[in-house]
Amino acid sequence: MNDKEKLLEEVKTMKKVASRPKCLTDRVFHYCPGCTHGVVHRLVAETIDELGIQEKTIGVAPVGCSVFAYWYFDTDFSQAAHGRAPAVATGIKRSVPGSVVFTYQGDGDLAAIGTAEIIHAANRGEKITVIFINNAIYGMTGGQMAPTSLINQKTQTSPYGRDSETMGYPIRVSEMLSGLEGVKYLSRVAVDTPANIIKAKAAIKKAFETQLTGTGFSMVEVLSICPTDWGLNVADSKKWLKENMIPYYPLQEFKAPKAEEAKGGE
Amino acid sequence: MANKVLMKGNEAIAEAAMIAGCRHYFGYPITPQSELPAYLAKHMPKRNGVFLQAESEVAAINMVYGSGGTGVRVMTSSSSPGISLKQEGISYIACAEVPCLIVNVVRGGPGLGNIAPAQCDYFQAVKGGGHGDYKLVVLSPSSVQEMADFTVLAFDLADKYRTPVMLLSDGYLGQMMEPVEMPDASNIKKYDKPWATTGAVGRHQNLISSIHLVPEDMEKHIHHLYEKYAEIEKNELIYEEYQCADAEYVMVAYGITARICKTACVMAREQGIKLGLLRPKTLWPFPKQPLAKLAGSKNVKGFIAVELSTGQMIEDVKLSVNGVKPVEFFGRTGGVVPSPNEVLLNVKKLFSLK
Repeated sequence: MNDKEKLLEEVKTMKKVASRPKCLTDRVFHYCPGCTHGVVHRLVAETIDELGIQEKTIGVAPVGCSVFAYWYFDTDFSQAAHGRAPAVATGIKRSVPGSVVFTYQGDGDLAAIGTAEIIHAANRGEKITVIFINNAIYGMTGGQMAPTSLINQKTQTSPYGRDSETMGYPIRVSEMLSGLEGVKYLSRVAVDTPANIIKAKAAIKKAFETQLTGTGFSMVEVLSICPTDWGLNVADSKKWLKENMIPYYPLQEFKAPKAEEAKGGE
Repeated sequence: MANKVLMKGNEAIAEAAMIAGCRHYFGYPITPQSELPAYLAKHMPKRNGVFLQAESEVAAINMVYGSGGTGVRVMTSSSSPGISLKQEGISYIACAEVPCLIVNVVRGGPGLGNIAPAQCDYFQAVKGGGHGDYKLVVLSPSSVQEMADFTVLAFDLADKYRTPVMLLSDGYLGQMMEPVEMPDASNIKKYDKPWATTGAVGRHQNLISSIHLVPEDMEKHIHHLYEKYAEIEKNELIYEEYQCADAEYVMVAYGITARICKTACVMAREQGIKLGLLRPKTLWPFPKQPLAKLAGSKNVKGFIAVELSTGQMIEDVKLSVNGVKPVEFFGRTGGVVPSPNEVLLNVKKLFSLK
């Protein structure tokens, strides 16, 4: 037996502890090296698998880096105009009430051009789940200032740093939505460390479970990194997220269904 | 006549939509189409339907995109400024081939304009409106009866060709009351929609999308759309000729204006003027061949496009007539509606008739 044959024999005896989620397609992500979209895609896919809802899940892709999110999920999908994903999701959910509908949106899409749609979908208590990727920058268009860009953050369109005097303040979307009655699950997580990724997964699962109870709107804000447009390597990006984003956007569960509500099925 | 009821045009559209099997409406309030959503808000819940008042026209049309993508019959309605807001969504809907009905109860513009009847959104309706290479099927009713009949037709064409259809009405037709016989629900055709996003049960992904990043792919898709449009042009053109057989002068008018022009025709004949009317019922496809044929006829000395605008449809009339005969224009705009007498006086003036 040579080394390779030995290794193959060993593999046969190994226990498989992790594999590609069933509803994630076998396609290589188009995202930049170090981007955390891939991590969040996987967390959503694992959740869909674990809840056994692949056949009734309909995703809505945004405009932004994740415009092609539908390449990676083997579920039905609709590709929405910039910012309109919550409206498209509303149309889908109201037409197929038994479905599980989620949108996947970035900060430009959700917190700038789509502000009206997200607020009113949340306020109507639409029974959808929103995965909100907050990386404080426009990624796909090449690194412009986002509504969530931090004060003094340098971007292509704030080359001297974000100045609150002329550019306003970073929007805390989750805090803003937390006051709305229709919102039943709302959490802010981060994907900068393994521990935070585990917490993010738990939050995403709770959000989908909330949708399954049919009680109202659910959203998870995921603080993410954009090494390419931040101009940092991955390690420094994670550090930047921890030292700059988390203090301004504290990680917390804003709203969750009470224990007895969470148990109720559809 | 069985079961005739007196209704406003806006209400006739609403009732006919439900008869056509539409159970999903998404809209935003605007005058002069208000009776339409009010009717559906009242009656949809009784028929297990969805009536949703959105936060904006922009949101409403995107709800239509999502809903139509699941295969259900869905509609929205608005009036001129609101339709402008919907154009981005309409472009996406056309590209993604989502069947739906969009009703425009046109009012005076540009800008906020007013709430009086107008036909100033012709270009927007038939030449695209939103960005990119696409067409809408555009139906033009001229009575409350046709508001109902064309609503049913619109849903059928939308499903048959997997394309958005616009009903181009105006404040006059929306507000006026006439007796109407509702279409027979048993004649409504149903279409299979294996492409719909209803959940991938026993199959792989269905996708509703308008993105084709590779230029050659986009071009191929646009060609696919235009092959479909060619089929629609071949099969779905409808129009009416009134007193055209021996006409020396032919008016071209649609919607409420065609009603006014018909009366002008009758008055003209009483004065010995051989005046006819060609009324497009589909504005896209446009009756190009019928107009070309009339232009080639020995009797016909000229055409007059009559519109509630400064002259928009006249461009299509000129393209159809192709220089063979003179094409004149008479119109009032900004919400002003001419009387039959005013139309006739202007026809006589334009062609120096006594």
